[in-house]
Amino acid sequence: MGAVAKQSNNFILGLWDHEEVFLHAIEHIRHDGLEIYETLTPFPVHGLENALGYRDTRLHQAGFLFGLTGTTLALSFMSWVMTTNYPINFGGKPYWPLPSFIPITFELTVLFAAWGMVLTYCVRNKLIPGYVPRIYDVRTTDDRFALVFDIEGKSASEVEKIKSMCSSNGAVEVKNRVFSDKENL
Amino acid sequence: MHAYESDFREPLINGLDKTYTKITDDLVTPTERTYKGWWLTISVFAVLACVFVFCLCWTVFYGIGVWGLNKTVDWAWDITNFVWWIGIGHAGTLISAILLLFRQRFRTGINRAAEAMTIFAVICAGMFPVFHMGRVWDCFFIFPYPNTRGPLWVNFNSPLLWDVFAISTYFSVSVLFWYSGLMPDFATIRDRAKGKYRKMIYNVLSFGWTGTAKQWQRFESLSLVLAGLSTPLVLSVHTIVSFDFATSVIPGWHTTIFPPYFVAGAIFSGFAMVETLMLIVRKVFKLEDYITVNHIESMNKIIVLTGSIVGIAYITEMFIAWYSGYLYEQFAFYNRALGKYWWAYAWMMSCNVLSPQLYWFKPFRRNLWITFILSIFVNIGMWFERFVIIVTSLADDFLPGSWAYFQPTWVDVGIFVGSIGLFMTLFLLFARFFPVIAIAEVKSIFRTSSEVAKAERAKKENLSNGGFVGHTTFGILDKDAK
Repeated sequence: MGAVAKQSNNFILGLWDHEEVFLHAIEHIRHDGLEIYETLTPFPVHGLENALGYRDTRLHQAGFLFGLTGTTLALSFMSWVMTTNYPINFGGKPYWPLPSFIPITFELTVLFAAWGMVLTYCVRNKLIPGYVPRIYDVRTTDDRFALVFDIEGKSASEVEKIKSMCSSNGAVEVKNRVFSDKENL
Repeated sequence: MHAYESDFREPLINGLDKTYTKITDDLVTPTERTYKGWWLTISVFAVLACVFVFCLCWTVFYGIGVWGLNKTVDWAWDITNFVWWIGIGHAGTLISAILLLFRQRFRTGINRAAEAMTIFAVICAGMFPVFHMGRVWDCFFIFPYPNTRGPLWVNFNSPLLWDVFAISTYFSVSVLFWYSGLMPDFATIRDRAKGKYRKMIYNVLSFGWTGTAKQWQRFESLSLVLAGLSTPLVLSVHTIVSFDFATSVIPGWHTTIFPPYFVAGAIFSGFAMVETLMLIVRKVFKLEDYITVNHIESMNKIIVLTGSIVGIAYITEMFIAWYSGYLYEQFAFYNRALGKYWWAYAWMMSCNVLSPQLYWFKPFRRNLWITFILSIFVNIGMWFERFVIIVTSLADDFLPGSWAYFQPTWVDVGIFVGSIGLFMTLFLLFARFFPVIAIAEVKSIFRTSSEVAKAERAKKENLSNGGFVGHTTFGILDKDAK
C-alpha cells in the first residue's frame, strides 16, 4: 500500500487460488507478526481490508465535501447572477426564484462530487494514464490472490519462516520475486 | 464469508467447467481476435454514420428549413430523436447504480455493455438539441460564461437550461462510472497481452492498475458512492427532460404526470435496447454462460413492469384530460388518439402497452426470439411515444387556421437513421476492443452464484446430511448429478 521510503527489490510472493483460504491465511500470518508488504487480488474480496487491519477509506467523506462545494457554488452563483450582477424581470417573477435553482444545484452537486471523488481516487491509488506499475505476478489480475513480503535485509531464517507460513496456510505457490534494474525503469 | 444464496435461484454463471482463469479466458478472448462479420457489420454502420454527418452538414449549410418543420410544428423529429436516445441512455446507469444499491447480482453480466450503450446513446442524443439550434457555431451560448454583453447570463428559470446541466452531468458521470469499472479489467487484458504494444496500450488504458487491497477498498467505496449519486441523477435527467414539455402551456404537454411517466418510459426503452444488443453480443461472442436466460428473464420482468407503468400513464392522461373539464386539453387528447396521427398512437399503444403483456407468462420471458422481436417493438413504440407527444400536440394548436401536418424530409430521415449508424459504430468498436462483461465483477459473484458453486454446495450438503437429497438437487442442479 502507500509509498515507501526506500524501494526494495527483493520479495517473497505467496499465491493462493481460493479467497477463503487466502483470508484465513492472512489472519494466521498477521497473528504471527509477519509484516505483509502488499496484497493483490483479481477482484474485490469482501472482508479483506478487515483481515489486513486497514482503516476505513475516507474517500466518501471527500466526496461529501466535493458535493458540498458544488451545491454552494451553484446556489451562490445563480443567486449572484439573478439578484446582483444582471437582474432581469422575467414576466414579473421573483428575482430570486429558489425552486428554479434546485435542478441545477442538484446536478452540480453530483457533478462535483463525482469528479472530485474520481480524481482523488486516481491520485490516492496512483492511477495515472501511462504509469507503469510493478507487476509482481501477471496472474494476480487473473486467478491468483497474492501476498507480497519484503525481504530486503532479512535473514535466511526469517525468509524461511515467511515461506513456511505461506505454504502451511494453503498457498499454492511460494516464490522469490526479484526486480531487476531493467524492470524498475 | 459469502452471503448465502438460495440454491433455488438459478445460477448467473453457467457451466461446470468454470474457474477464474476460464472466466478471464472467455471474457477477454473477444478483445483478442476479430470476429467473422465484424468488418462487414461495422462498414455498414459506418456508412450510416457518414450519412448522419452528411445530413448534419447539409442542415448547417442550408439551415433548418431543410427539415420538414413548419410554422405550427416547430419541434418534430429532432426532439423526438433526442428524447428517444436519452431514454435509451437510461438503462446503463440504472443497471449499474440502482441494481448495485439493491444488490442485484444479475447486473454483473450486463452492466458494462449497458453503461457503454448509455454513453453512446447520450452522445447521439446530444447531437439533436445542438443541431436544432440552427447556428451550431454559437452553441456555447447555452453555457453561463462571462461575456462582453453585460455580462448577459443564461436564464436559470428555464427548463431548457436545466436540461443542458442535466445531460452534460449525466454524460460525464456515466463516463466516470463506466471507466472506473473498466480500469481493473484493462489490467487483466494487459497482463495477458502477448505483444509489446498491446501491453503498453492496455496499460495506459488501465491507468496502471494492479489490484492491491487498498485500491480495491477505495474502488468499492467509489462505486458505492457513485451508485448513490447516479441513482437520483438518472431519475433527475429524464424528469428534467420532461420539464421541457411539462412547464410549457401547450395542451398535451402541460401535465404533472410527465416526470414519473418519462422516467418509467426511459427505463423501459433502455432495457429494450440492452436486450437487443445483448442478445446479439452473447451469441456472437459466445457468452451464453455469462448472459444467461436468467438475465434475460430478469430484464423482461423490468420491461413488463415499466411497460405497464407507461400504459397506466397513457390512460391516466386520458382520464385527467376528460376530468379537467378544460376544452383544449380534451381536444388535444381526443386528437392524439383519433386525429390525423391516429396511426402513430396505435403503434405506440400496441408496441408499448400491449406487446410487453406477453411477459406475464414465463415461457415468453425465457424465449430469446420473442424477447428479441419484442425489444425492437418496444423501441419502435417508444420512438412513436415521443413523436405522438411532440407532434400531435403541436400540429392542431389553438387556431384551426394554423393547423398543419408534419412530414419528414430526406434530411430528417437521414439524420435519424444515421444516428443509429453512429451509435452502432461506437458500440461495435467498444465490443471489439473493450471487455463487454465486467470481468472482476463476474468473478466476485463466482463463489455464490455460479453453477459450479451451487454444485459444490449441493455435494457438501448431501455428504453432511448422510445422503439427504433435499432442495439442492432441484431444477438445474438435477442435470449436474448425472
